[in-house]
Amino acid sequence: MSLDAATVRRIAKLARIRVNDEEVSTLQNELNAILGYVEQLAEVNVEGVEPLSGGAQMALRQREDKLTDGDMAEKILANAPDRIGNFFAVPKVVE
Amino acid sequence: MSIFDYTIAGAAKALKAKEISAVELTTAYNEAVAALNPRLNAYITTTPELALEQAKAADARIAEGSATPLTGIPIAMKDLFCTEGVRTTAGSSILEPFIPPYESTVSGKLKEAGAVMLGKANLDEFAMGSSNITSGYGPVENPWKRQGSDAKLVPGGSSGGSAAAVAARIALAATGTDTGGSIRQPAAFTGLAGIKPTYGRCSRWGVVAFASSLDQPGPMARNVEDNALLLNAMAGFDAKDSTSADREVPDFTAALTRGVRGLKIGIPAEYRLEGTNPEILALWDKGIEWLKAQGAEIIDISLPHTKYGLPVYYIVAPAEASSNLARYDGVRYGKRVDGEDLIDLYERTRAEGFGAEVKRRIMIGTYVLSHGYYDAYYLKAQKVRNLILKDFTDAFGRVDAILTPTAPSAAFGLGEKMDDPVTMYLNDVFTVPASLAGVPAMSVPAGLSADGLPLGLQVIGKHFDEETVFAVSAAIEAAANFTALPEVRAK
Repeated sequence: MSLDAATVRRIAKLARIRVNDEEVSTLQNELNAILGYVEQLAEVNVEGVEPLSGGAQMALRQREDKLTDGDMAEKILANAPDRIGNFFAVPKVVE
Repeated sequence: MSIFDYTIAGAAKALKAKEISAVELTTAYNEAVAALNPRLNAYITTTPELALEQAKAADARIAEGSATPLTGIPIAMKDLFCTEGVRTTAGSSILEPFIPPYESTVSGKLKEAGAVMLGKANLDEFAMGSSNITSGYGPVENPWKRQGSDAKLVPGGSSGGSAAAVAARIALAATGTDTGGSIRQPAAFTGLAGIKPTYGRCSRWGVVAFASSLDQPGPMARNVEDNALLLNAMAGFDAKDSTSADREVPDFTAALTRGVRGLKIGIPAEYRLEGTNPEILALWDKGIEWLKAQGAEIIDISLPHTKYGLPVYYIVAPAEASSNLARYDGVRYGKRVDGEDLIDLYERTRAEGFGAEVKRRIMIGTYVLSHGYYDAYYLKAQKVRNLILKDFTDAFGRVDAILTPTAPSAAFGLGEKMDDPVTMYLNDVFTVPASLAGVPAMSVPAGLSADGLPLGLQVIGKHFDEETVFAVSAAIEAAANFTALPEVRAK
């Protein structure tokens, strides 16, 4: 299976990356090379095999639901592009 | 003897005996960094004043007798670790500017132990690469040269700056991170030892995330012992990382002198890939002979799903990356490119902020996770990943450790292997399976290629059995007696 230009544009849209025509054509070739390479997984029989999601040989830990830190507004806002009081001031993100 | 000849263990001894001071050692390294970094580009950010301050504190600590083996040791910090008050880039321009208000757990532990930070080491953008050429801050030059050639070679990646800095002796040691080989392959390319610990051994908290189920911090240094000293300080449970292992950390240096007598060492048939450089295969045979001569029992084993390691990796890692990197949207921190509306702002910011390799991987990851393709790609890859883990658990029922080459070639030239992404990906063919299984693996310098470049052997161990990995690596190191040094280095 190989990706056409429209699909590359759709993926770029989903990934929120702006691409121009030239990039679409380069990406199409590169992504198809990668997908062609991983295609060989089709030959592996995985019947009855559970998916392995992680490298940790254990279940995820849980912790008590309580505050462990806080009171660091200045640190949190240190890299903010702009602020109003103790809030991030950002372009409108909710219509 | 030059001040740059010290290993960590040697420097710690000299510091304790007051033969040198931490300030002298750091000053020498600061000067070497200033002299060689403009050429090598091993550091993105240098922190000479901070280093000097830390060296003074180290001298005070040595004087009062509370020093650790790392107190006063000048190191390079891969620029993927968030360091409080010191710019962190992850090799990407999308974070520009970002000064973390917090310290990663691992860099914090090294700080606490008294290590001196010379600067933040260059890397492939978001640790995605095998040659350090994807860095948004320029490529790194490998201090090694082919005999009779002045051509620039890559240091490997993604921890390429860390590797080049230690090899060129503009750092005594360094931190790295390894997702599919990013500590081991650059260590092999630059004549260093480096270990990817068991997944969960070192905290990922404060390390900029690439592929969270694979990322693992670890040390890179001149020899196996220095790695053990560093890992002693870096490892340990951290409640802030949900996959951190709540386990005792042994003294890894104690394992160095265990020897390999009676150990069963597995040699996987599937790593004898067709087309592999005969020099690499010959070195592997030598490694087998060295271990045999020291009393190890060599056992032929099979890891049948080895060839599927890379295809699984290039689905799983991009999938996780596409999710992890969704946070870089230009809104609350980092670079922002204004647009007509919010979506346009996201798209322009990410188009300008990310480099080509990162975009490729985000796109692949987005595709394999998208509706209609999830089962065929991502779920399938996760199942094959389980088979790869099973290969290792089956093998470790019969053997104590596995010996393989680290990389299919020596360091290659800047600009080579650029024809298509897959050619570059093949570099990680021997390192990716251990990453997928989560087992510890170390690269040890074992010899030189015919044209004078370092080659490494890889020792893979059972989950949380870094001690056997250290024991076997120390045995190989002793037999290999690798003393060659790169042409470009502080003297």
